[in-house]
Parts: sequence; C-alpha cells; structure tokens
Amino acid sequence: MKNIFESIGGVVLGTGRRIIAVLALLFDILYWIFVGPFRKKAPKREGIFEQMLFVGVKSLLIVFFVALFTGIVIAMQTAPQLQSLGAVIYVAGLVAVSITRELGPVLTGLVIAGRVGASIAAELGTMKVTEQVEALEGMAFNPIRFLVVPRFLALVIMLPCLTILADAVGIFGGYLIGVFNLKINPALYMDTTFRFLTTKDVVTGIVKSFVFGAIIALIGCYYGLNTSGGAEGVGKSTTVSIVTSFILIILADCVLTAVFFFTNV
Amino acid sequence: MAEKEVIIELKDVHKTFGSRNVLRGVSLQVYKGETLVIMGGSGCGKSTVLRHMVGSIRPDSGSVFMKGHNLSELNEDGLDKLRKKFGILFQSGALLDSLNVKENVSMPLREHTKLDENIINIMVKMKLELVGLRGFEDLMPAQLSGGMKKRVGLARAIVMDPEIIFYDEPTAGLDPIVAGVIDKLIIDLRTKLQITSVVVTHDMNSVFRIADRIAMLHEGKILQVGTKAEFRNTPDPMAKQFVNGEPEGPINFFMSSDDYLEELTK
Repeated sequence: MKNIFESIGGVVLGTGRRIIAVLALLFDILYWIFVGPFRKKAPKREGIFEQMLFVGVKSLLIVFFVALFTGIVIAMQTAPQLQSLGAVIYVAGLVAVSITRELGPVLTGLVIAGRVGASIAAELGTMKVTEQVEALEGMAFNPIRFLVVPRFLALVIMLPCLTILADAVGIFGGYLIGVFNLKINPALYMDTTFRFLTTKDVVTGIVKSFVFGAIIALIGCYYGLNTSGGAEGVGKSTTVSIVTSFILIILADCVLTAVFFFTNV
Repeated sequence: MAEKEVIIELKDVHKTFGSRNVLRGVSLQVYKGETLVIMGGSGCGKSTVLRHMVGSIRPDSGSVFMKGHNLSELNEDGLDKLRKKFGILFQSGALLDSLNVKENVSMPLREHTKLDENIINIMVKMKLELVGLRGFEDLMPAQLSGGMKKRVGLARAIVMDPEIIFYDEPTAGLDPIVAGVIDKLIIDLRTKLQITSVVVTHDMNSVFRIADRIAMLHEGKILQVGTKAEFRNTPDPMAKQFVNGEPEGPINFFMSSDDYLEELTK
C-alpha cells in the first residue's frame, strides 16, 4: 500500500518540480527579451531570423498540406447531413468557423510541435551532451539568451503567421469541395463564408496559436537543455518533449476555449 | 620564484553526484604563471575539479577562489566577467556544430569585443596558424577529425588571449606528433606569455613534458602535490604505481568491492 502512495507521491513531486523549472525557464526568457536589451545584451537578430526561417518558411508546405486536406475532409463529412436538410450552403460557414477557431491553430500547433519542437529538443540535447552548452557558458555566453530566446521568439511570431495561412488554405479546401462537388456558386460560397466568419473566430485562433508556440518552444528547450546520457538521452528527450507538447497543446486548447466560451470575449 | 601569487584556490571542496561521493575534500592552489597538471585514474574526479575551477558546478561544501573572488558568491555577471579572462579546452573540443571553424573561433571576439571584422579575421588566422589549421576556416566541425576539432577548440580557447587556460585531456586521442605539438604550445604559452595553465590528463608523456607541478588525485582526494622530479622518485606506492603504469599495486583496478568468488556463486 505504502508503495503505491510512494510512487504516486514521486510522480506528483517530479511533475511539480518540472513545472516549476519550466516556469523558471519562461521567466528567464522573458527577462532576456524585455530586460536584456537595456543591458546591451539584446538577442542576436541573425539568430532569430535563422530560426524564423526554419520554423516558418520551411514549414509552409506541410502546414498547407494538412490544412488543405482538413478543409476538404470537413466539407465532405458535413455535406451529406446538411444536404438532407437542404442546407448545403452552410458547409461554407461550418468549414470557415471550425477551421479558424479550432482546427487551424491546433493542427498547425501539433504539426509544428512534431517538426520544430522535436528538432529543438534534439539539437539542444545533442549540444548539451557534447559539452557545447558548457562551452558556451565557459565563454561567458548565456545559453538561455543565445540558444533559447531566438527559438522562443521565432515560434511565438511564426506560429500565428502559419495559423493565419493555414486558415486560408483550409477554407480553400472546403471551397474546392463546395464549388466543384456540391456545385455551390463560388461567389455565394465566399459570401456565406464571410457572413459566418467573425473577427472573434480568427482572433481567438491566433491567440491560441501564440500560446501553442510558447508551449512548443518552452518544452523543446527545457527537455533539450536537461538532456543527459548520450545518444539515448537525446532520443528520450526528443520523444518526451513531443509527447508533452502534444498533451499541453490539447490541454491549453481546452482551457483557452473554455475561457473564450465563458467570458464571451 | 620566492613570492608566488595564488590565482586559483580550492579549499576543502566536497561534491556528491547522486549517491557517488566524487570529491571528498580537495584543497589545491594554482600559482600565477605555472602549469599545474592534475592527474589520476579514470573517474577519480579530475574533470570535476576542473569544472569547479571554471565555475560550471558549485561545491556542496568548501569554496573555490579565483583571483580572490569566491566563485560560489559571484552572480552570473561577475562570473561572466571572470570567464572572459580564461579559456577552456574541452575533451571533445565542444565546437558548435552549426558554425564553421572560423565562426567558432571568432565567437568570443564577436560577442565580447567591438573589434573590426578585418582584425577579427587576422586574429582567427593567427590562432589557427598556432594550432596548424590555417586554411580550414570554412569547414564545418562535422568535416573535421577528432584531433582537428580539439585543435580548433584550443584556437578558440586562446583567441581572447586569456590569463588562464584550462585543458581537459588535451592530448587524449591525438597522434603522438600532434600531441607533441599541443604540449609544445602549452609550454610556449607559459614561457612566452606567462599564461597560467591547468591541465587534466593521464597521458604520462605529456605530464612530464609540460608540468611545473603535478597534483595527483585519488578517490576524490589529493594524494600528492609536487614537482616532476618529486613524482619520478616518489616514495608513495600509489603515485609510483600510477606514474609507472603498473597493473599490480595499491590502487585496485577492480572497481567492485564485493568478493569475486562470493559474487559468482551467489
């Protein structure tokens, strides 16, 4: 009996410690972003741009791919039901709202967590186990400022941008089905889309993606910088960081949706 | 040599990792301008001593002083100020994989000085020439051999013209000629520029070439500190065994303390 409580206690304590460590990392990052520049230690711009290129531009294809087919699938899944009600035109509104509010930010977040979060954890993990992080410290470089801040900024800037593009592409996917398969007039389809779509839909989606970006960067960097145990350790950090990011993204999605839902923002 | 200025001092440093008691009270002084070699068997805590000296880990108890500052009491800024005055050569070189040789070597200059790009280029070339790798500026670390990485790491360690250089196994894994060149470089840096060096190694050839003083570490404690001559004719059986590389002696090669026969028949 005691063993069960012991192991539960151990898990709770371990999780608590990790949450505190991640929050401390967040605090450190915010310090370097907002206070650092006043101490003439602003994050390097080239580093941020390099990361933005990797996070944003080089992820475009996969994000478009996922968004386009999601839009197509939603349209196909809902069309028969709406058709039986004689309300097939509402496919446009349904696709637009579900993409911008939920699927655009969440799927983009998950795709980027898999692509970028994993690579951050693996890269920083490798740097940690090959003494590169220690070498940076030894040369009086702060690893948070030098390694973590550019990745964090790149993610919180680029993920919302990717989400906006994913929204557009997803709506286009629905449009393809609506116009070519359901024979809805293209102008009417777009008109209906914008009639249902409110600013709030898009904005809440972007707020979500901003938070997801922060989660991916924090978790990837945290597990990367806390890697130990050689190649096996790097593999473990990468896996754990993806799984944790996925769980936290879904959790944050639920919490944020609840906040938007109950506060009528 | 009458008045020797202490530049680094460890006072009764203890450190435990998990259940392993790595350092059990290490006290050691490094004098300005000397080359101190820390030697000892694998896993005896040599690298841990070095990491304490550079401030990357803090002692559980005891204290580490560098140039009069207690490293445990310095904040990050103070520590960074000290760090600009010393260079570290890591075992594997620890070059940043994402940067080429030139960028790696010039990193500290770009970050901590406002030197003109041309001057940085010249300095990088000079340091690379010292380690025999001029002309390799544009290669990535992945394209270099282990020994070359280590030499680039050394060029990076000396690019800021530090007062103290720490070497973690500088000659391990190098061919004898390159090892000799590195040793000569360490000696040159001391004789020509009066740089203080702390070298962790168990390469005995190298030890007797470069050392002014030798500290032997065994099971987390300093066994003996002395000059080369003192170590060559040491009466201490453990130091003698280590220096001569004898398999039989007071230092047990077998790490397990359990009885072999008992464990086999358990």
